[in-house]
Amino acid sequence: MAAPKIIVVGGGLAGLAAVIKIAEAGGTVDLFSIVPVKRSHSVCAQGGINAAKNLKGEGDTTAQHFDDTIYGGDFLANQTPVKAMCEGAPAIIDLLDRMGVPFNRTPEGLLDFRRFGGTLYHRTAFAGATTGQQLLYALDEQVRRYESEGKVRKYEGWEFLSAILDCKRAARGIAAMDLRTMEVRAFPADAVILATGGIGAIFGKSTNSVVCTGSAQSAVFQQGVYYANGEFIQVHPTSIPGEDKLRLMSESARGEGGRVWVPRKAGDTRPWDQIPASERFYFLEEWYPKYGNLVPRDVATRAIHKVVYELGLGLDGQPMVYLDLTHIDRETLNRKLEGILEIYEKFVGDDPREVPMKIFPGMHYTMGGVWVDFDQMTNVPGIFAAGECEYQYHGANRLGANSLVSCIHGGFIAGPNALRFAKNLCAAEGDGGAAAEVARQNEINKKLIANEGSENPFRLWRELGVTMTEHATVIRYNKGLKQADEKILELLERYKRVNLSDKSQWANTSFAFARQLYNMLELSRTITLGAIQRDESRGAHYKPETPERNDERFLKTTKASFTGAVAGPKFEWEAVDTQFIKPRPRRYDAAK
Amino acid sequence: MAERTVQLEIRRQASPEAPAVWEKFELAWRPGMNVISAMMEIAANPVTAEGRETTPITYDSNCLEEICGSCAMLINGRARMACSALVENLEQPIKLEPLSKFPLVRDLQVDRSVLFENLKRVKAWVPVDGTYDLGAGPRVFPQQQEISYPLSNCISCTCCMEVCPQFNEETGFVGAATIAQVKLFNNHPTGKVLKEERLRALAGDGGIQECGFAQNCVEVCPKQIPLTNAISDVGRDVLVQKVKDWLRG
Repeated sequence: MAAPKIIVVGGGLAGLAAVIKIAEAGGTVDLFSIVPVKRSHSVCAQGGINAAKNLKGEGDTTAQHFDDTIYGGDFLANQTPVKAMCEGAPAIIDLLDRMGVPFNRTPEGLLDFRRFGGTLYHRTAFAGATTGQQLLYALDEQVRRYESEGKVRKYEGWEFLSAILDCKRAARGIAAMDLRTMEVRAFPADAVILATGGIGAIFGKSTNSVVCTGSAQSAVFQQGVYYANGEFIQVHPTSIPGEDKLRLMSESARGEGGRVWVPRKAGDTRPWDQIPASERFYFLEEWYPKYGNLVPRDVATRAIHKVVYELGLGLDGQPMVYLDLTHIDRETLNRKLEGILEIYEKFVGDDPREVPMKIFPGMHYTMGGVWVDFDQMTNVPGIFAAGECEYQYHGANRLGANSLVSCIHGGFIAGPNALRFAKNLCAAEGDGGAAAEVARQNEINKKLIANEGSENPFRLWRELGVTMTEHATVIRYNKGLKQADEKILELLERYKRVNLSDKSQWANTSFAFARQLYNMLELSRTITLGAIQRDESRGAHYKPETPERNDERFLKTTKASFTGAVAGPKFEWEAVDTQFIKPRPRRYDAAK
Repeated sequence: MAERTVQLEIRRQASPEAPAVWEKFELAWRPGMNVISAMMEIAANPVTAEGRETTPITYDSNCLEEICGSCAMLINGRARMACSALVENLEQPIKLEPLSKFPLVRDLQVDRSVLFENLKRVKAWVPVDGTYDLGAGPRVFPQQQEISYPLSNCISCTCCMEVCPQFNEETGFVGAATIAQVKLFNNHPTGKVLKEERLRALAGDGGIQECGFAQNCVEVCPKQIPLTNAISDVGRDVLVQKVKDWLRG
């Protein structure tokens, strides 16, 4: 019998981790990615990767890491897989170290660790301020090694369109589109692993990369895969607003004494340095005298949101506040913060040592995702998922530096389980549904290219982003969420009149984008409607109308299934596995 | 007062075989614009400066933070990343062209897969035994890490190859980026077991002797990687390897 063939979709950390495990165990892999895998979004991670190695004599343990993660996620994560991740993390760091990741070192040549949010321990290994890039490269190099041995075949510049499902609704491969020739082809496989990242594009501008649209997750959602905890979206308090995207500004700026403020008077047009101290509103310091600018992420994010949208005090009427470092001497800034200051300088053109940075919370991370079981398999047999595209490790709020470890751990679980599944799979009847799926996709393409109307997909997308950012990020009201959902329905209606200005069949990026946009619209309803149903506040999901966590009703995983009806997805709720740590109130104003 | 605008001239080519044409665009100026946001604006309203309807520009991009290496192109004649090219700092009209040394796909998109093939050729990886738990990696002192880390920051943008006079079809030169990766892996405590193979891969045609020391690579590198240092270090090692191989017969 031929070696089982596994398809991995997405070449970020989770996808590459799965590829390596499968190739190592003797399977063969077809790896699909929109971009060359070395350009995947994992490169954007900066701060580091968590593992309780206890190399600083603090008595850190994997049990502490587990507790911090569950507590940080406001008890929404299933505890069994999180426990396994935290226990597996130290070996992952060792492996990355052996692969040659240039981690920062202690004078003795050991791994150095730093502090991060949501913990009291030095638990974060790091490679300068580009940890994600360095980790991705290490895995990319190992995959290139397997590629040169013929165990992995890369399809870079191909976009996943859908799973091929047989008559029993089990996966038999994928349909994908060549982004140069625009040709749709069926690729048979014995199992499929999705590792397609976050959904930032649904919010228009985010800290995510261009490819993070959630299109693949939405496609399988529309084919019957559950989408879980869609309403949980992490908004980072300090990002640099840009015309094209939001770029992250690390929390360490505030750690070194950075102060957040706006002019007290709405519409104040004076330059910042002509506003006297008495007319500056240091709102975090006033509202949270104990923690000041170093309140936890979700608190800081909500406060900034309130200042801008409720009090109307954003700078120049724009959604921005100052993050001010100008009172700190240059030498200190250069010594401690140079890397991130250079990012600001390069992209904004101002020197943050001389003028305050203008920052605003930015959509950053997708806690929810494709529903998977503890083996990383979805409810559709043969479709697995790993990394940010699935829901299982971060509950209602992700802790910093836990994303990289969850990607690699999830990939390491998904890869061998997909291989095991593939080995036990009985042969497909006929072509397993391949021809029918390709025909369905070609029909969609044909219709889209010939469509007549007056709607531009990029403009529809902007409207989606504005609505989702306004109503479905930091502060949520049922009325606003309802408006957002109505807007999505309007956009879905207008999508029927989408007219591509480019109707060619060669490297047609607006065509590929229009297909992604449809999937974004369908998936965004799991966020708006899921948030409407969850009448409580938990982690990143905050509703002023129900400001408390309600374990009795909502200590539950939200599971959405696609219906195709105007009413939207069908929702059900699944009990959370809390067998190891009893849920307790989450507060960061005192030691837990 | 007239509204402030941004003028762009973009070299368009519908396919590798199609003729190249220049299109002009005039967009409303907005603070903080970069070349990418200008092209996003064109996608949302694909009309030329003359008011003629056209198509959105095809170009590579992903992270938009100068870390994924996707959006390299010629901007006012200079090879650089479009995401970090702020409109404010550019002379107008801003001229956008595809990189010239790589096969053109469409508009500003080119095929740079040659770099990834080169990385295979020099075995740019650490040959680990396996992914199971084998304990901690080798000790690496901070002084060594400070040499490795900058080399490991290479984003594979290929700007160094674009500006190299020796990088062309005639020489088949691998280019500075690949040579810097050879230095990185040859210096790693485990990676160095493949050192001889890597050096031999750079010894023949298209190898390190093709370098003409123009030093354009180090000037254009958006990550300030010490490329010329890497070339001279690896060049010396290749020479030593050649002598060793000759003596061994």
